[in-house]
Amino acid sequence: MPKVAMVEALSMAMGSELRADKDMVLMGEDIGINGGVFRATSGLQEEFGDLRVIDTPLAETMICGMAVGMAAQGMRPVIEAQFMGFVYAMVDHMISHAGRMRHRTRGRLSCPMVLRMPFGGGIHAPEHHSESTEAMFAHMPGIRVVIPSSPSRAYGLLLAAIRDPDPVVFMEPKRIYRWGKEEVEDDGEELPLDVCFILRDGTDVTLVSWGAMIKETLEAADKLAEQGISAEVIDVATISPLDMDTIIESVEKTGRCVIIAEAARHCGVAAEIAANLADRGIYNLLAPVKRVTGYDTVMPLYRMEMKYLPSVERILNTVKKVFAVS
Amino acid sequence: MSATVASFSVEYHQFLDRDGRLIGDDTPELAKDFEKLISIYKLMVQTRTFDFKAIALQRTGKLGTYASCLGHEAAQIAIGSAMRDEDCFAPMYRDYGTQLYRGVTMTEILLYWGGDERGNDYSGPRHDFAWCVPIATQCLHAAGAAMVYKLRDEKRVAVTVVGDGGSSKGDVLEAINAASAYNLPLVIVIMNNQWAISVPRSKQNSAKTLAQKGLGAGLHSVQVDGNDYIASHLVMEEAIERARNGNGASVVEMITYRLTDHTTADDASRYREDAEVEEAWKSEPIARLRKYLESEGQWDDKKQSELEKEVAKMIDIAVKEYLNTPSPGIASMFDYMYAELPHDLQAQKEFALKEAE
Repeated sequence: MPKVAMVEALSMAMGSELRADKDMVLMGEDIGINGGVFRATSGLQEEFGDLRVIDTPLAETMICGMAVGMAAQGMRPVIEAQFMGFVYAMVDHMISHAGRMRHRTRGRLSCPMVLRMPFGGGIHAPEHHSESTEAMFAHMPGIRVVIPSSPSRAYGLLLAAIRDPDPVVFMEPKRIYRWGKEEVEDDGEELPLDVCFILRDGTDVTLVSWGAMIKETLEAADKLAEQGISAEVIDVATISPLDMDTIIESVEKTGRCVIIAEAARHCGVAAEIAANLADRGIYNLLAPVKRVTGYDTVMPLYRMEMKYLPSVERILNTVKKVFAVS
Repeated sequence: MSATVASFSVEYHQFLDRDGRLIGDDTPELAKDFEKLISIYKLMVQTRTFDFKAIALQRTGKLGTYASCLGHEAAQIAIGSAMRDEDCFAPMYRDYGTQLYRGVTMTEILLYWGGDERGNDYSGPRHDFAWCVPIATQCLHAAGAAMVYKLRDEKRVAVTVVGDGGSSKGDVLEAINAASAYNLPLVIVIMNNQWAISVPRSKQNSAKTLAQKGLGAGLHSVQVDGNDYIASHLVMEEAIERARNGNGASVVEMITYRLTDHTTADDASRYREDAEVEEAWKSEPIARLRKYLESEGQWDDKKQSELEKEVAKMIDIAVKEYLNTPSPGIASMFDYMYAELPHDLQAQKEFALKEAE
């Protein structure tokens, strides 16, 4: 079986479900003949036609608002925001309608849609193409937020997101779209939403991360192993709802926790994890919970972006501080 | 060199003048279908009587903030009577006339404005969208519904309503544009009641009509006297059937007047003159249709008095049903958030239930 990158695995998942579910359609800008600006929908219009893989006018609010309407009438739209920086025109429909549809109609209508988008920094992109504002969506009731960090998890989680009966925001870490190729069987098997994945077992410190930062986190774990420190690495994967049980269980074992995220720090998902650890895991902690995050600044243009994003070195320095306490 | 490459016009339609007299040379068949006109008239009276009752309930602390539909009865009921059950209605928040026609109950309207989500669980067409408070967003939901009917090759039409104020929002223009790009079976009604809370129509923009927003994307775009039921029904019917037959979407601007406050939380005397409102009452839709029916020998004071009694009784039953509806209960905050409650919300639900003990 040939190895595929995340972006190809995403394409495989969409193709697999388009084949299986006649109610599913893709909508977005440049997703048709062009296959998406990152090629995540490459070849799909050719296979399924322009009534299933639908290029849209350049109007983000329209794409999302129509998806809400289509989902409520029984289809499964999977829409793409070309970059996360352009998703804000869609937010009104996500918070005011997608997340509320089932609740406010007592289940009479629902909103089984997926909003996909590439997000995050590190690819030398222009302004507005590099932010990580997953916490914004995670704060909205009624919406799942899912972030894969490998080709196989991208395949299984996207399938689960499309089949989910409720709205899912599916954020794709574009910096690792083509990193870490794996063999991914196109078997239509989904992975569970709402659970974290333990990527590496360890006993001394729990490193919690998601998205593209998984790459640096795993590298940091390798470096720590060289120093004789055994790090457990957890990929949160589903940001909302958060599987705190897996994280707390790990911290019960390691007694130490460092959370790594490329998003800004204030009110971020890392803060939510830390608050839950303070609430439910404090007696197992040997040292303060530390966060390695982006800064609470505007995401810099690309000349400085690697200084904004957490590096392996920053992760290692933070772990060192944790061990300095205990 | 210069040449005209495209030119446009917007037609205005009216059959009944404000005194209930037929105008123009072509008398439509509908004007002589008295059985239908009387049933419509009855629903208009019911809608208005219900509206007054809802305001009275709010004033006495038995209903939350309520958005009145006073003055919109003909326009709203015309939308309803031009639609089929299988069509889809995406309302704004004061479209009770259309909704009562389609089978939403008065009890459900009261439940919604009485702070209970069960009001949105309509017994009317189950596929219709719920009341929409975020201005103009419903236009895109209707466009999405129309897209589904088109993709599935179903002969169904989506109809949505937005106000003159709402027509300034991007969602309307994006829905119009989508309808044009995909040739959607969609009708967008701009309910021009002259006021967006305190901002008059003249401050939304300086265009001669709001209907012409549709022309920018090549849609069939017309204006109608929204206080004339006959014209409103015929214009809507034409637009809906045009959409059903694959001949494209329409923008219909209905000219009417909001005869009372924006909602019960508003006080229109702060920003508009009594004289303007008094003048608007002279064009209101119910008296107009009644005068026409009377002039044709189809209606009289005795029938009116019987109707009023009948309507009062129906409303009384609905109000009692609303007031006697038990609390939805704490679990109801959680139970419809997802098809299956996630673990964290399950824990919060258990906590909330325990706290309430």
